[in-house]
Amino acid sequence: MTAAEVLPVLAFYLFSGVAVTSGLMVVVARNPVRSVLWLILAFFSAAGLFVLLGAEFLAMLLLIVYVGAVMVLFLFVVMMLDVDFAELRQGMSEYLPLGATIGLVLLVQILFGVGAWFASESAPTLRVQPAPSDVQNTAALGNVLYDDYAYLFQASGLILLVAMIGAIVLTLREREGVKKQSIVGQMHRTREESIAVVDVKPGQGIN
Amino acid sequence: MPGYEPTFVSEYLLPGGWILLQCLLLTGAILISLAFLLYMDRKVWAAVQLRRGPNVVGPWGLLQSFADFLKFVLKEIVIPDGADKAVFLLAPMIAFVLAVIAWAVIPVADGWVIADLNVGILYLFAISSLGVYGVIMGGWASNSKYPFLGGLRSAAQMVSYEVSIGFILVAVLLTVGSLNMSDIVRAQDSDWGLLGWYWLPHLPMLVLFFVSALAETNRPPFDLPEAESELVAGYQVEYSSTPYLLFMIGEYMNIVLMCAMTTILFFGGWLSPIPGLPDGVLWIVIKIVVMFFLFAMVKAIVPRYRYDQLMRLGWKVFLPFSLFWVVLTATVMRAFDIAPWASTAAAQALQ
Repeated sequence: MTAAEVLPVLAFYLFSGVAVTSGLMVVVARNPVRSVLWLILAFFSAAGLFVLLGAEFLAMLLLIVYVGAVMVLFLFVVMMLDVDFAELRQGMSEYLPLGATIGLVLLVQILFGVGAWFASESAPTLRVQPAPSDVQNTAALGNVLYDDYAYLFQASGLILLVAMIGAIVLTLREREGVKKQSIVGQMHRTREESIAVVDVKPGQGIN
Repeated sequence: MPGYEPTFVSEYLLPGGWILLQCLLLTGAILISLAFLLYMDRKVWAAVQLRRGPNVVGPWGLLQSFADFLKFVLKEIVIPDGADKAVFLLAPMIAFVLAVIAWAVIPVADGWVIADLNVGILYLFAISSLGVYGVIMGGWASNSKYPFLGGLRSAAQMVSYEVSIGFILVAVLLTVGSLNMSDIVRAQDSDWGLLGWYWLPHLPMLVLFFVSALAETNRPPFDLPEAESELVAGYQVEYSSTPYLLFMIGEYMNIVLMCAMTTILFFGGWLSPIPGLPDGVLWIVIKIVVMFFLFAMVKAIVPRYRYDQLMRLGWKVFLPFSLFWVVLTATVMRAFDIAPWASTAAAQALQ
């Protein structure tokens, strides 16, 4: 085995080891903020695995969207929560059977999925299908999304838009008696209506 | 080559060592120039306020930053009681490391780049969006109210302005047709010198990018995460000595990085502004210093924004306008049949 073969394997085990460990720590960590930080590390390792697969565009997208935006909001919310750590620890043993069952079901599903990938008759031909080497994966993804499946892509965008508007409509409420700043009013204020120059006589003040 | 046998040393150790040397060279160059940029920042600020600025250490105070460095390093590290010790110390390291590794994809001259990534600009965008973690983690781990408020503020602020920066990048990338940083500069190479750069067709985006860069780096007038009049020093309150130094160097490196990004996206990177003069690393250095001067001037002359106005500017002004500009750029390019991605061979193969 030469170094050229060893290095990617080494990197794979490094990234996947970190991903699995940090995934475990997400569940085990007692402090929810630390859980989120471990989750960020898990995402980071997943991005590393994407790079090893040659999907550098997906790796960067994972970092930008999940780590850069989604997890920041997550952290934002978790930090604001007033969590009682003692209460959290009590629930651990109670929910362990349920959690373990769900985990087991997921594991079996993944095993079936991977098993089918190896066992099915068409799998060997699919696996040896060459990845085009002259097209960068950014351009290849763009071709698939915007040329081949443009209408489906637009439709999914529309669904997301509807979901976004729905979320805003559901959570937006007009509250009475809340003082708000009127930006337009602030911008149209003039010096004359906001400042009065008063000539104050010494010893008299303003009444 | 007859008799040539690829060994571990020739295949990995030597190229690896060469890359390591390049990294050390670039980091060293940036850190040393940062010392003088910091000095310049303070001098510009002082000149605007009719003060002298640092003028004691070395000739004209030139060595002030090195004296400050020694002072920071030799002081005691204070960790507040009740702080999450690991996260507290991790936060400044993350801030510093992220600021340094972003420089790996910055081309300082044609071919002079450590990692010539296909997705260079995305890498840069990803790294700069990770920069917020140093601030949030530092703010939370300090176990104190002012840092926490500062951390929350910066989380909201940086996420908001990233969105519009993203769309500004998209608009520029549409005209380039490649995500590679070197390609972005090469696409601006024309016979007209500085008139061929993207600041001219994308002038509104340049203004938006500059202001967003100020917000993204927590620079005045958007330094609300560390607003000293309300939050004492925001997320940095509890930091002292070397951890504080790491935060500060990271912040300034990010500012210089933003200057470099502006230079590459809008001012043609290493290209010479006058046709006929040779291109080279000197031009990009000059451009970065000029951009940094603008950053320093903004700090000196613009008062701090109110927080709700900052959010309003980001979401209700910058985001719609940059989105509109993306659509406009795409429409114009389609209508006048301007080929965007002629620069890369891979793109030409697609057409």
